[in-house]
Amino acid sequence: MSWSEMRPLLWQATLETFQMVGWSALFTVLIGLPLGLALVLTDKGGLLANQAANKVLGTVVNVGRSLPFIILLIAITPFTRGIVGTTIGVDAAIVPLAVGAVPFFARLVETAVREVDRGLIEASAAMGASHLTTVRKVLLPESLPALVSGLTTTVIALVGYSAMAGAIGGGGLGDLAIRYGYQRFENGLMIATVVLLVVLVQIVQWLGDFAAKRLAHR
Amino acid sequence: MIEIKNLTKVYPSRGGAVTALDGVDLSVAPGSVYGVVGRSGAGKSTLIRCVNLLERPTSGTVWVAGRELTALSPKQLRAERRRIGMVFQHFNLLSSRTARENVELPLEIGPGGARLTRRERRTRALELLDVVGLADRADAHPAQLSGGQKQRVGIARALAADPHVLLSDEATSALDPETTRSVLKLLKRVNEHLGVTVLLITHEMEVVKAVCDSAALMEDGRIAESGTIGDLLTRERSELARELFQLGEAPAHTALPDTTVLDVTFHGDATARPLIAQLSRTYAIDVTILGAAIETVNGQTVGRMRIGLPGRYEDNVVQIGFLRERGLSVETVGETGAGAGTARLEEVAS
Repeated sequence: MSWSEMRPLLWQATLETFQMVGWSALFTVLIGLPLGLALVLTDKGGLLANQAANKVLGTVVNVGRSLPFIILLIAITPFTRGIVGTTIGVDAAIVPLAVGAVPFFARLVETAVREVDRGLIEASAAMGASHLTTVRKVLLPESLPALVSGLTTTVIALVGYSAMAGAIGGGGLGDLAIRYGYQRFENGLMIATVVLLVVLVQIVQWLGDFAAKRLAHR
Repeated sequence: MIEIKNLTKVYPSRGGAVTALDGVDLSVAPGSVYGVVGRSGAGKSTLIRCVNLLERPTSGTVWVAGRELTALSPKQLRAERRRIGMVFQHFNLLSSRTARENVELPLEIGPGGARLTRRERRTRALELLDVVGLADRADAHPAQLSGGQKQRVGIARALAADPHVLLSDEATSALDPETTRSVLKLLKRVNEHLGVTVLLITHEMEVVKAVCDSAALMEDGRIAESGTIGDLLTRERSELARELFQLGEAPAHTALPDTTVLDVTFHGDATARPLIAQLSRTYAIDVTILGAAIETVNGQTVGRMRIGLPGRYEDNVVQIGFLRERGLSVETVGETGAGAGTARLEEVAS
């Protein structure tokens, strides 16, 4: 296969990967961030300490994390169909990707927020801050560098997951590598795909590290 | 300004409850700088956290500026807390914010009221940083500041919302002696110029000596002794006064046979008069000076002297009367022997 033949295929697949990872990362943050916060706040000694709620949330997250992604992908197809109306294509891949990444990211959020010095929470309370204000003005800004690092790790994991999602019809670079590289023995395309994935992950990591460093004032 | 009545705090724990506060009464007058001293574990920290209810007391009431905090709803309590500034041992500044932004934080918090615009907050924060002498470090992050500078930012932050009370939780304990002095000077200035009542807890007597006009000694969750510094210094057998003003150990009896050892405290006018010389002349006795110190405690000059008079206690009743008549407080040292180091004059005389 010549470069001019490969180029449109690679371009199309890269765009699909961007779409899958971008949208699923967005939903992961929207759901995983509050979930991770809830894990910290409901824990013993937290602002909203509630043992029962904490146990339930912790269990949900653990179940989500213990399923291998490839199993999850197949297991939740009815759910995916319910949300996007189909189980194939980029849109359908976003659902399992987000479902798989949410518990992962939630744990990273939990760790990041837990790192915030208790003294700061106390100072905030002493200033007359409500719990919501403490979360907005103290917990989130203070843990932001760690949250950004966690998001970087999550996005990179999503790039990996997206290759698996591609295998069941999601599209993207992973799908391309399997269909052409593996099934049709197109080694050139396989190598090009791998190189693209490596470059992509490198760029994400570099951007994430850069942002985290800029945000941390230690 | 702060009225604490019969405050108790019991922490449940495995193997029995721990009583941190055991019926504490405390009254802090408006405009004063009140120091609570005690060893670690005496309950000082719990006490100060109970003032703005960071800790809920098990029983008892807390009044600040005429409002009973212990009876307020969470929302009302938050509003009251805005008028109670707090300074912490470990500063508790947000590392993500600059000094100025840290000072602005209390102004961004709170329900409705007079919400300030971004520009007004900024102006106010810069004003306060100027008050604490850090106008030039407004854009520095806490990581770029020294301990003393961080605590100054902490104080500016505590003052941002115009509090009537400032709580200081071991604010200088993490600082070196010189920085401690300058931070204490700042606290004193804040008290004098802004009229903010200060309640501070500390384990360092030096802090009380430097800034407090009243003090209390805490032991095992109770207030063992309290009063204004003036009162305490003239009160005989005051443990606080003795701690504030150390003369060292009493000399052994055998070292000074047939001598009455007295601790004499001078204050007010008495410091300016040659009373020992007068004593010596009037009764034609040789006075031995065993130790002496003069210090300024909260702006008052106080002197303390340990002297030896020839003869046993009975021979010196008149001489002791002479000193007491002239406004000195006199304690005999080592008179009753075993156990008590000092005996109260009246007890012995009666």
